[in-house]
Amino acid sequence: MNVIEETVKLYDGFKLHMIKTDKFKTNTLVWKMKAPLQKETVTVRSLLPHVLQSNSADHPTTAKLRSYLDELYGAALYVDLAKKGEYHVITISLDIANEKFLSDQTPLLKKAFELLAEIVTKPNVSDNGFDQTTVNKEKRTLKQRIQSVNDDKMRYANYRLVQEMCKEEPYALHVHGELEAVDQITPETLYSYYQQALEKDELDLYVIGDVDEEEVQSYASELFQFQNRDPQKTEANGRSHKGDSVHEVKEVQDVKQGKLNIGYRTNIVYGDEDYFALQVFNGIFGGFSHSKLFLNVREKASLAYYVGSRLESHKGLMMVMSGIENNKFDQATGIIEEQLQAMKNGDFSEKEIGQTKAVIKNQLLETMDTARGVVEVLFHNIISRKEVSLTEWLNGMDQVSKEQIIAAAKKVELDTVYFLHGKEEGE
Amino acid sequence: MEKLIFDQLQEELYHEKMDNGLDVYILPKKGFNKTFATFTTKYGSIDNHFLPLDKDEYVKVPDGIAHFLEHKMFEKEDGDVFQQFSRQGASANAFTSFTRTAYLFSSTSEVEKNLETLIDFVQDPYFTKETVDKEKGIIGQEITMYDDNPDWRLYYGLIENMYKNHPVKIDIAGTIESISHITKDMLYECYHTFYHPSNMLLFIVGPVDTEAIMNQVRDNQNKKTYNEQPEVKRKFEDEPSEVAQSHRQLKMNVQTPKCLVGIKTGNATQSGEEMLKKELSLNIMLDILFGKSSENYSFLYGEGLIDDTFSYDYSQEQGFGFAMIGGDTIDPDRLADELRTMLLKGRENGSIAADSLERAKKKKIGSFMRAVNSPEYIANQFTRYSFNGMNLFDIVPTLENLQLADIEQAANELIAEDRFSVCQVVPK
Repeated sequence: MNVIEETVKLYDGFKLHMIKTDKFKTNTLVWKMKAPLQKETVTVRSLLPHVLQSNSADHPTTAKLRSYLDELYGAALYVDLAKKGEYHVITISLDIANEKFLSDQTPLLKKAFELLAEIVTKPNVSDNGFDQTTVNKEKRTLKQRIQSVNDDKMRYANYRLVQEMCKEEPYALHVHGELEAVDQITPETLYSYYQQALEKDELDLYVIGDVDEEEVQSYASELFQFQNRDPQKTEANGRSHKGDSVHEVKEVQDVKQGKLNIGYRTNIVYGDEDYFALQVFNGIFGGFSHSKLFLNVREKASLAYYVGSRLESHKGLMMVMSGIENNKFDQATGIIEEQLQAMKNGDFSEKEIGQTKAVIKNQLLETMDTARGVVEVLFHNIISRKEVSLTEWLNGMDQVSKEQIIAAAKKVELDTVYFLHGKEEGE
Repeated sequence: MEKLIFDQLQEELYHEKMDNGLDVYILPKKGFNKTFATFTTKYGSIDNHFLPLDKDEYVKVPDGIAHFLEHKMFEKEDGDVFQQFSRQGASANAFTSFTRTAYLFSSTSEVEKNLETLIDFVQDPYFTKETVDKEKGIIGQEITMYDDNPDWRLYYGLIENMYKNHPVKIDIAGTIESISHITKDMLYECYHTFYHPSNMLLFIVGPVDTEAIMNQVRDNQNKKTYNEQPEVKRKFEDEPSEVAQSHRQLKMNVQTPKCLVGIKTGNATQSGEEMLKKELSLNIMLDILFGKSSENYSFLYGEGLIDDTFSYDYSQEQGFGFAMIGGDTIDPDRLADELRTMLLKGRENGSIAADSLERAKKKKIGSFMRAVNSPEYIANQFTRYSFNGMNLFDIVPTLENLQLADIEQAANELIAEDRFSVCQVVPK
């Protein structure tokens, strides 16, 4: 077993995380900016990384910046946005070949650091605003990105469930922001928000690869200079309680397959004592292809091709999703409810527990075989402000008992049932 | 056991052909937790017209049968193979493509047991009338799921445009109607014809003891009896070089239209080095024409005709090959016109600058290195390359040797007016 550990260094305004490993052919730099998820800022934050990755002061057009990336052996520059609990996280990552596997000995890591720093700290700005043309183009693309959720019915159903279920909570916001808010953004307001974000966001830089830690520290301290800050925190209020009745929403659209998405409150978040038990519970219930949902909804009743459950660990939610025939709503929800009841009643074997622990452990170790996976696992600790090492994770999982799983299952409450279906439902 | 060393990449590959004809490859990956293995047969959705083992008449089988067979392999008399894999801490899966069916697992413990399970379950079919009928409901929902997916419909719509006779135009999963005709006897017939070890390849990548694993596979295979089997005889109708249909518009429940432009290759008979050089040349050409550093990309993005869903690719297998370019767009007709004009211009000699070729080669070399970080990529792609007589690890040396003339020649051969086709998805 090869469990990766990180070395963390504190600098003014940001944390540097170094993960040294020689198993990859590339080195990966990941820059994260984390702030509370809020209606007022969600859209402007969603636009930001896309404008930043378009060009920079030294490479003022996309064609110039992209040619330079190609020149650096196709260094891969990606941006991404995520909701983690009630936080909105911007990620900018740069993955670059390690020159030890090339005949050309250009110092690629150094160039990658310089380029990432350029993108973050030297954007293409004039008169206190980002480049107007870039902002306009990216506003247009952002609108298309927001709209695209409507064209992928699986994503749409998932989004609608969260919207209905978390109506009064920031978590209901779309990760890419709100269509109506895009037009109001100007190059100046975007730039002034960016300056504020650089002052206030929680900032983390991850470096993964076969790198020299001293070299990395010298690049980090020279190229990334910020003011100290006390990052804003939000409460993980996924525990917030709903009323007694179950919220049921049915929506008709021109679709052939019905999409059934069900939301539960788990009342347990990452870092809680019973979080590992919740993980095992979810695995037995619907997390894997040996789970109760897979066996009973798919294999026994032939109702679905896909059916499963997943946790939103930082928000305390569990989502069940399945694609079924339009007229199988009652049958499917009935079977799903029975399986949850079976979990609460302790109707599962030591064999299922063992199987599930083995698969979860496997999944976690496999995640460590990709640079981005390593970052995502380690970043859980930034979100939760808990220090859970990978070894603790693995041990914690091993020690979960049947009683603890039942106790976790009993905390799980049905909240909202969402069904997107075609016109023939109920015939 | 033969050993191949790739110095620059610092990788080693081990190979042995078993007595029954099975090709086994092992690539040790130090430092990784995971071992990933694929067991693949050279049998996909296009293999629907063939001479069954020990028969003297060709048969045509229902659309979607290779994929159906893949689903049914997981069910055994004593239960589901997924259960056994998860007891052993592995996650297992399978997929069917136009030309291959692959079974796979990944695990970080009990690798030997999981490997044994993988080989044994694929080599021990068990089909009954009841289990075959039950699967029709599940696969029916898989087909319906894809019916609602506009990107899927767009992709298959374009292939259907391009091909008149070749079975690549048939949906891999078939239709609800076509799979209703599948019986257990048909599944056995396909199985015995295509799942002989001499038509298969086993690839293992991970932190493994190479010799022990090779011994294990050899012992496993020696215990099983296989008759020597001649190469499978498949039949394909002649395919004209021009496209079957130059335009198709699908009306769907979408807000943003989609547009893909395809070009069908006029000659898909290459294999081995020749095919590798062609595929790489055409992908380099597309990168120069449409990559994010290109003038074309800046123009299209600036005009609002493309967004981050824009992509391009050329891929080929024995008997078919095509380039596809496009994505979501606000103006699918104008995008189609612009792409067509850009492609025709790209065919003209002298339109590609030498420095852009060098840049595109560097980019491809770097992205190959990124790809070999992934055990999944190595196993899946090595198998695909091998079935086409190519070696995955020849990519970098072949790229390094590519000349401007190679790109121009490949572009010239591919791009022709009568081999263009357009597929669009538009709001109802």
